[in-house]
Amino acid sequence: MYPSRFRYEAPRSVEEAIALLHQGGGEAKVLAGGQSLVPMLKLRFASPEMLVDINNLPGLDYLRVDADGTIRIGALCRHADLEKSTLLAAHQPTMAAAAPLVADPIVRNRGTLVGSLCHADPQGDWASVMIALGGHIVAQGPKGRRKIAVADLMKGPFQTVLAYDELAIEAVVPAPKGVAGGGYLKLERRVGDFATVGVAIAIETSAGSVIRAGIGLTGVGGSTINAVDAAGALLGGPLTADTIARASELAAQAAQPRSDHRGSATYKRHIVSTFVTRILTSVPDSKGKAA
Amino acid sequence: MQLDEIKIGGLGASRRRVEDNRFIRGKGNYVDDIVLPGMLHMEILRSPLAHARIKSIDTTKAWAIPGVRLVMTGETMASRNLAWMPTLSYDTQAVLATDKVRFQGQEVACVIADDPYIAKDACEAIVVEYEPLPVIVNPQQALAPGAPLIRDDKENQLDNVVFDWAVGDKDGTDRAFAAADVVSKLELHYPRSHPSPLESCGSIADFDRATSKLTVYMTTQAPHIIRAAVALVAELPEHMIRIISPDLGGGFGNKVPVYPGYVASILASILLERPVKWIEDKTGNLISTGFARDIYLHGEMALRKDGKILGVRMHTDSDHGAFFSDAQPSKFKIGLMHSTFACYDIPAAHLTARGVYTNKAPGGVAYRCSFRVTEAMFFQERMVQAAADDLGIDQAEFRRINFVRDDDFPHRTAFGFLTDSGQYGKCLDVGLEAIGYQDFLRQKAEAAKQGRLLGIGISTMTEPLGAGNSREYDILGIKMFDSAELRVHMTGKAILRTGAKSQGQGHETTWAQIVAHELGIPADDVTVEEGDTDTAPFGMGTYASRSTPVAGAAVAMVSRKIRAKARKLAAHLLEVSEEDIEWELGRFYVRSSPDRGVTIQECAMAAYSNVPDGLEPGLENNAYYDPPNLTWPFACYIATVEVDPGTGVWDVLNMVAVDDCGVRINPMIVEGQIMGGLTEAYAMASMQFITFDAEGNCVGSNFMDYLLPTAWETPGFELHEVVTPCPHHPIGAKGIGECATVGGPAAFVNAVMDAIKGIGVRNIDMPLLPDRVYEALTERHDVSGAPPVKMDDR
Repeated sequence: MYPSRFRYEAPRSVEEAIALLHQGGGEAKVLAGGQSLVPMLKLRFASPEMLVDINNLPGLDYLRVDADGTIRIGALCRHADLEKSTLLAAHQPTMAAAAPLVADPIVRNRGTLVGSLCHADPQGDWASVMIALGGHIVAQGPKGRRKIAVADLMKGPFQTVLAYDELAIEAVVPAPKGVAGGGYLKLERRVGDFATVGVAIAIETSAGSVIRAGIGLTGVGGSTINAVDAAGALLGGPLTADTIARASELAAQAAQPRSDHRGSATYKRHIVSTFVTRILTSVPDSKGKAA
Repeated sequence: MQLDEIKIGGLGASRRRVEDNRFIRGKGNYVDDIVLPGMLHMEILRSPLAHARIKSIDTTKAWAIPGVRLVMTGETMASRNLAWMPTLSYDTQAVLATDKVRFQGQEVACVIADDPYIAKDACEAIVVEYEPLPVIVNPQQALAPGAPLIRDDKENQLDNVVFDWAVGDKDGTDRAFAAADVVSKLELHYPRSHPSPLESCGSIADFDRATSKLTVYMTTQAPHIIRAAVALVAELPEHMIRIISPDLGGGFGNKVPVYPGYVASILASILLERPVKWIEDKTGNLISTGFARDIYLHGEMALRKDGKILGVRMHTDSDHGAFFSDAQPSKFKIGLMHSTFACYDIPAAHLTARGVYTNKAPGGVAYRCSFRVTEAMFFQERMVQAAADDLGIDQAEFRRINFVRDDDFPHRTAFGFLTDSGQYGKCLDVGLEAIGYQDFLRQKAEAAKQGRLLGIGISTMTEPLGAGNSREYDILGIKMFDSAELRVHMTGKAILRTGAKSQGQGHETTWAQIVAHELGIPADDVTVEEGDTDTAPFGMGTYASRSTPVAGAAVAMVSRKIRAKARKLAAHLLEVSEEDIEWELGRFYVRSSPDRGVTIQECAMAAYSNVPDGLEPGLENNAYYDPPNLTWPFACYIATVEVDPGTGVWDVLNMVAVDDCGVRINPMIVEGQIMGGLTEAYAMASMQFITFDAEGNCVGSNFMDYLLPTAWETPGFELHEVVTPCPHHPIGAKGIGECATVGGPAAFVNAVMDAIKGIGVRNIDMPLLPDRVYEALTERHDVSGAPPVKMDDR
């Protein structure tokens, strides 16, 4: 690969990284796993003047669950760490379902969840998952830290609300208030292909009733789609064939797919509704049976 | 005691591949690994448009970049009469465009610089002004009245037709259709695909002014043809040209043609008198080098109610891109398309074939396919399944009714080929038994009750492999023989060189096994070398599964020449006459006294130390082999699938392959070939195609869009064998390199079509992407990949 020339920096602290980003004045890019950035450099779709390689930053490779059930994923936590995590398997069914479906095993060894969110590719899997879970990121800039809900992070394809001198430090999934359920389904032409359609669903139930629901859609719009109405249709009662059908219909309506070589818009909408139904009908009820 | 042939790595030994010792250690030596002193780097600027007139090219800014040594355009090439070059199909192809660009990705300019980064930067600094022209992306557009003329550079080219060609018995076929009970029709498209070897194309041209010698390291499957072509095109003396094809990272046909990058790097080296390296990137490889397939079929079969095929009528429209540079050596315009239906006993057949120019990349190559045989067998097996369904006859039974019988060989096919051997019914039976045919039909019926869609697809085929014989095959007039040279050293070790060129086939392993079989010299004692035109005997290279049928035969023949001389040495050593000597593997002995003998190694020593009067010293020879006929391997591939009616996704449940490639030299390598071929077959059936939008933009210019299956989705394959030796090959072998790629796709497609049978859909074009299957299921109509060209349009 022969990218355009760029300056390469490998800071040793978050503060140093932020200073470099600030110095770059919008012409610097953060290099974490590099699984999206490097191909873009290769194709010269991206020609930043500076790369700020954050792989030497200490203490950012964590995946942990706080005492209250909050899940924290550091900026250098790799997809493979999430895939192998027993924490997720035990606590977070939507993330556990998505982790093995992200890209391919080679990409998962290097790529990071936080990097995927900041890349803001509408075909990225983690943004849908985090939207469904109501997650946020913590960004640090010269003026300090702030929280940004993942649902508010994306401005458009490959665009986020992060300032040029802000570094995303971690992603956070809030502690559930009920029993967490849900899943992730993805249609791809081949392992490692971008999603034709991906559907992330996260619900919380208490006393048999859905008290929180989130649905994120991958690959069916200019940005990751937060299917708020579809999720809303699930609230306030148990999952039933009727509420599932309603959510499927609303999710398909929320999708804004384009016809392309991955399939027609009609087909993609159909897959959204099929996947919503399939995920929700496999969510166990309080007796452990699928709805 | 006689040698154990398997122990010495002879015929039938699954000997480990000796070349893997360096490959798996990262010690292979590919073109890009080679670094020469003073070497410069070349990058190609490609056209962003599919069809446009070049108004101007401004290279000023590129020249101004430090480290840039040379910027070449079509004008530079034209000054040396190299702006155009001949293709292997007797057309011409632009090296660097002078008048207009005719496909997206066409070579427009080259920069030679101190490093590849500078060369790439300088390419971006070249300003080309284009005047866009209307774009043609399929045969239908190319043939439409008033279509823009793509090849306005050619005198007498008034339309976009490359050729219009026919073969077979038209009147007899018409009579067969008149007598038919049922006529079964099918329209198919075999989409454009790309061989996409792991290593892309590249070269290092090194012209030495002091010696006047041009050495070119090149990714070529046929180095000797390249040397001849360079001598003829560049008018350089042939003895001053050395082509070296080092380790190749796959070829699959992609590395047969001559590409503009090779030619440009050679001229650049001559102009600069320094080595010039050109390594194509993956996008360059996918959008500009030899594609495969891209052909439409209108097929008809005349059938009798009892299942007998009376006649076959086919018309094909093939899309050759902007230049007719099909890399195929037969005398037939559409390659070996008319080998279709060769395993069936068909009274009459007729094929018309039309080729057209479009604004797409040129270079129809045989992607693991003996020149359109992949299409021929796919069309055949899809038509056969449709015909069986139309007649309501079981698809296996329908094939059995129409197979050429074992006692019918040699058999002249309806299109005139001579097939020589096979046990077609037996192969089918082995396959049906392995897949559990009757059981599966019961499972399928059970599953249908629960709304599940199961299907089984069969593909059986015989294909002509091993081009060729010198009557019907040549490249630029050079006959399609091949060669081997064997030198046995005094200690009984040996070096073998052939005119073929391995790209992963394992020649270094298998050729030594043939020597071991013929001479009893252990395979480990034989070094094999190929690919250097200064040292290897002249040969036509490796493609079309021709290495074992042709070069492999030459290896056997040269070994026999060595044995004949060794026999004289043995007679001398044993002090008996030659007639009194017998041969067993690795040893001559006195017939009347079997304990008295000498080994081949002892004969080798004598050849250099104890030569009888009247005999030349040394033990070396060569052989040129012109095969009497093609070889005709047979295969039966059977796949079972389940289709998800909610998404159109289909999964392979089982895949059984029965291959009869005659005698197997190295069964492990044969199985590897079959596994790889089936993987490519699965790729084409399920995900792989290169398509273009209406502006001629290539959708499939990288591995995000052009899909290669990985180990994750590729199904498992169960392999079986039947052995019918080739009657004319010295060791009874037939080609195998391409069988599974050729025969595999129809098995998968037939299986999916079988799963959705009964809803009135006759065809879904490859690749059977989930959205296409879903559309067929829900809309209940055929799903085609692109607008077909009907026979009536003619």
